Amino acid sequence: MTTISPATMAAVRASKAIPNAEYLLSAEGVRKEFPGVVALDDVSFRLRRGTVHALMGENGAGKSTLMKILAGIYHPDEGTIKLKGVDVRLQSPLDALENGIAMIHQELNLMPFMTVAENIWIRREPKNRFGFVDHSEMRRMTAKLFERLKIKIDPEIEVRHLSVASRQMVEIAKAVSYESDVLIMDEPTSALTETEVGHLFEIIGDLRSHGIGIVYITHKMNELFEIADEFSVFRDGKYIGTHSSTDVTRDDIIKMMVGREITQMFPKEVVPIGDTVLSVKNLTLNDVFYDISFDVRAGEILGVAGLVGSGRSNVAETLFGVTPASSGSIEINGKPIRIDSPNTAIRNRMAFLTEDRKDTGCLLILDILENMQVAVLQDQFVKGGFVKEKQAYAACEEMSRKLRVKTPNLYERIENLSGGNQQKVLIGRWLLTNPRILILDEPTRGIDVGAKAEIHRFVTELARDGVAVIMISSELPEVLGMSDRIMVMHEGRVTGFLDRAEATQIKIMELAAR
Amino acid sequence: MNTNLAAETAGNAVSGSGRRLPQELNIFFILIAIALIFEVLGWIFAGQSFLLNPQRLTIMILQVSVIGIISVGVTQVIITGGIDLSSGSVVGMTAMIAAGFAQSSTWARAIYPSLTDLPAIVPIATGLIIGVLAGLINGALIAYTRIPPFIATLGMMVSARGISKWYTKGQPVSGLTEQFNFIGSSVAPVVVFLVVALIFHIALRYTRYGKFTYAIGANVQAARVSGINVEAHLLKVYAIAGLLAGLAGVVTAARAQTAQSGMGVMYELDAIAAAVIGGTSLSGGVGRITGTVIGTIILGVMTSGFTFLRVDAYYQEVIKGMIIVAAVVVDVYRQKARRKV
Repeated sequence: MTTISPATMAAVRASKAIPNAEYLLSAEGVRKEFPGVVALDDVSFRLRRGTVHALMGENGAGKSTLMKILAGIYHPDEGTIKLKGVDVRLQSPLDALENGIAMIHQELNLMPFMTVAENIWIRREPKNRFGFVDHSEMRRMTAKLFERLKIKIDPEIEVRHLSVASRQMVEIAKAVSYESDVLIMDEPTSALTETEVGHLFEIIGDLRSHGIGIVYITHKMNELFEIADEFSVFRDGKYIGTHSSTDVTRDDIIKMMVGREITQMFPKEVVPIGDTVLSVKNLTLNDVFYDISFDVRAGEILGVAGLVGSGRSNVAETLFGVTPASSGSIEINGKPIRIDSPNTAIRNRMAFLTEDRKDTGCLLILDILENMQVAVLQDQFVKGGFVKEKQAYAACEEMSRKLRVKTPNLYERIENLSGGNQQKVLIGRWLLTNPRILILDEPTRGIDVGAKAEIHRFVTELARDGVAVIMISSELPEVLGMSDRIMVMHEGRVTGFLDRAEATQIKIMELAAR
Repeated sequence: MNTNLAAETAGNAVSGSGRRLPQELNIFFILIAIALIFEVLGWIFAGQSFLLNPQRLTIMILQVSVIGIISVGVTQVIITGGIDLSSGSVVGMTAMIAAGFAQSSTWARAIYPSLTDLPAIVPIATGLIIGVLAGLINGALIAYTRIPPFIATLGMMVSARGISKWYTKGQPVSGLTEQFNFIGSSVAPVVVFLVVALIFHIALRYTRYGKFTYAIGANVQAARVSGINVEAHLLKVYAIAGLLAGLAGVVTAARAQTAQSGMGVMYELDAIAAAVIGGTSLSGGVGRITGTVIGTIILGVMTSGFTFLRVDAYYQEVIKGMIIVAAVVVDVYRQKARRKV
């Protein structure tokens, strides 16, 4: 457990001297860098007492980073945070909590095998005179809290038995129990039904009327108009502006979110489009995505856009046999194929560059050679079980040269390479298998501009060679710049297709964030 | 013996231009250091040489060769990110069952009086098959029910020991044929150990089986996405570990010329220790057979050296325990250091 820093303690004490500071919580000139990426650049944010302030922006705009800074999870590289007008340096989430800033995470942080009451009062359990936890007092406190919030959940039930919505309520009650002045909510409605959303909004309204300030992150436009008083827009780690939600329209907001010009040149070439290679019909994975149908042709780049959680990556995983479909059909070159494992997919000359380099891509502790050859060894460079080391090495070396992987030799551990070079090695892994269908999930996430351009160039070359490419990306300029056609997804369904000629950032956002 | 290893380790360092020097080299120096310490202490306290005694060295290697055979299998399991606690018990079980088919007709109390004087291949094959079956059960549980390897092999450890006791109600199985005893006689166990080590050294380094074993240990999700049939591969690895435990059981029975239900007790821990001392990482993806061979010999040198210096057997266990923990601590620090790069 972290303790509260003396500086913060002093700040809190001092804060009582300025009870009517104009803003409850404010951030000025905040900058945060991660290796290779500037996540926030000179960002400002001001939260008034008794208001709901929404943070809007595309994926990667910097909302989550800002929120984590406000909640004490990250520390800003530059800039100041003021709580009730007083400078604070939040050392940890606990420190933030003790100062009246509570955060409700998207991935809920409750302990499943403890009761609702135990979860809420953890670390602050009421004790009886023998020093043991006083359960009846704890129950009474929980009941009182729930009555105030009009929550109907049994305080004695173990959290694992609760639905996601109920857990969300427990999280909110827990945050309120700290008498927090500021509540940060990260897409709280993403797992809730309409009635549950209604209840949540009632609670939020009640909290607001008690002077609590709420930072509300959402991708949903209608929620913004329904619940938020003000909103701030972020784009590419920069603060764009703050407005009252009563004097703007939906279109204004979308424009603010995507207003960036396409500055990078994409080396997209017009290449002859061949026959349909992959045809997907009514592909469904229960509770994740439904009725996905599309075709991809040789030489075509199909961009897939949609917000995080729209099911884009799940569709890719299912196509590749990582999580087999519940229903629907897949045809390759007109032949129906059941893809039940990645191995089957590879044998049908598919390749899949996954979204998460570290978790599902790199064999981090192994060298470049092992990383590059692992997929192709399924059916090449092997005789009688023995790897033809020289040939495999030569092929990997040639690929590494072609992709311009920056390394002295192939015996370097992949974990010592930069993100861009790791990505090139993983692309090399798949190119060695000579695929006809290439699925790329966020191929340029978190890599530098130079490597990004190179990867775009490889993808273009592959399309020229007649590979059918499916490219999932959260970066709209990338999708617009590279795709022949764009499929947009929202909440597990395809909401529309856009041709290269007609597609704009605004049209995509309209389909992605309805 | 030591010179052979030196040659092999040196070979590793040279082959594959550009590869980092293998960790085995460090472990090999540690082995030399430990041996030299005993040499010096020998002259001081016992007034004689520790190393210049071929008989002692032979006995030392013989003592650890059964552990060595098991640890070759256990190393592969650990490289996949798993663990095998059952190998010692499988040694006991296969020793008992194999011996049951290896009895001579001159022995009055044979278990199967009608199945005596069988050719040695019958009990040997029986032992190996039982070992493979135990390994397949471990592998199937781990790959298909996804229970942790620790639990699956713990269950096998207890059950296999139970079977070896139940088999003859705790009675030893004696009166084994000359032919069967041959594979435990003289230096035969050492030969078996080194042949097994060589085969799997080659398998891990030069075959697809080996590459996939490391890939699974390094990142099982990435391995699966890269088309590796992870379940089938784990089944293979655990079956091989079982096979080698079965082989160790056969050798143990042949060497003792009798089988007892208590054979192989705690061998699994020595085998894991040998692998870990030899540089195999318990978090998977890292490890080599050459390291395990050196690790096994280090265990042998320590036992032999302490006995030579007449150190109390109980102290020996205390010190051995500390060395195993030290090896893991070193492994943890090595990983930390690597992450900082």
